[in-house]
Amino acid sequence: MQVTYRGKQFAIEETLTVLQLLKRLKLLPESVLVIRNGQLVTEDHHLLPDDMVKIVSVVSGG
Amino acid sequence: MRCRTCGATAVINMRQHKLALCAEHFVAWILHNTTRAIHNYRMIAPGERVLVAVSGGKDSLALWDVLLRLGYHADGLYINLGIDGGRAYSAQSQAKAEAFAARCTAQFPKTRFFVVDLLKQYGESIPQLAARKRRETRPCSLCGLVKRHEMNRMALELGYDVLATGHNLDDEVATLFGNVMRWQTGYLVRQDPVLPADGEGLARKIKPFCRIYERETAAYALLQGIDYIEEECPYAKGATSLQYKETLTQMEHDVPGTKLQFYVKFLQAKAEGLFAATAGLPELQLCTTCGQPTTAEGQCSFCRLWER
Repeated sequence: MQVTYRGKQFAIEETLTVLQLLKRLKLLPESVLVIRNGQLVTEDHHLLPDDMVKIVSVVSGG
Repeated sequence: MRCRTCGATAVINMRQHKLALCAEHFVAWILHNTTRAIHNYRMIAPGERVLVAVSGGKDSLALWDVLLRLGYHADGLYINLGIDGGRAYSAQSQAKAEAFAARCTAQFPKTRFFVVDLLKQYGESIPQLAARKRRETRPCSLCGLVKRHEMNRMALELGYDVLATGHNLDDEVATLFGNVMRWQTGYLVRQDPVLPADGEGLARKIKPFCRIYERETAAYALLQGIDYIEEECPYAKGATSLQYKETLTQMEHDVPGTKLQFYVKFLQAKAEGLFAATAGLPELQLCTTCGQPTTAEGQCSFCRLWER
């Protein structure tokens, strides 16, 4: 799958759930939303090799 | 994961509420919870006109969208602070706000959108002002002062009853955490979903998203196709409030609902008089230059900024 996070793109070859992906990237599910092929998905969702995944940080402010 | 309401595929799981919802029912849930906050905290009376301060970010644009969908007379105000940060930050955020305003006007034709450009209005942008005041590295408090003044000025000059901001639960909890860490009782007394008008130059300020997590406002914006600016203000990097948010999100991860409990119990304790005996509110006078209320003698902090 192709993953985009904070403007950077990288590939992950395995099939993972959203939660497994976030753990691998050391991200808390409470701080992001995950979009798979244009659709918002929950943490239990399985991500497949052909998927385009975007991780959106939800934290704003300063 | 399935939507608790209809059984369709869920798009969001809110552990703090033990609630997973599909897109349709999540949007309805946001509208319902915003309505509940508006009613419970008596934010907007029937027929009142609301000015929504929009930054081009997810929270304020989502709030404007929600208020319009709920049938309120809600217009938008954008303040261009002239921040570049090597990526035309203010220009980009204004473009997002303008594009969304055009969408609102197409859907709700009476909707209006106002822009204040700090450079045109006062001759200096936030970076220029911060440089003159020797606060180049951390102009956030100065920027906050300018925004609060200008939001209030515009609400009063344009005759709005209410000024709404997109502060969400995470913003409120980070502020509360910071104020508790420093025991700033004066700020704690004033932290509230509604700051009433004083009849002498302060517009009523409301925060209809004060009980909605920022993950939920972001999900709402994404589901409604709201194109918001994802990048942070260049000056926000390393901000204390972001460090507080990180700490609080870790606590929320370990114990879902921590943020909501912290905030709601604080409001309850305050309503029961926790701070009443310890922190009096300062006397307000009118600024000799702009006429807005201030705790200072003579000119307010905002007007003093522009003295050269």
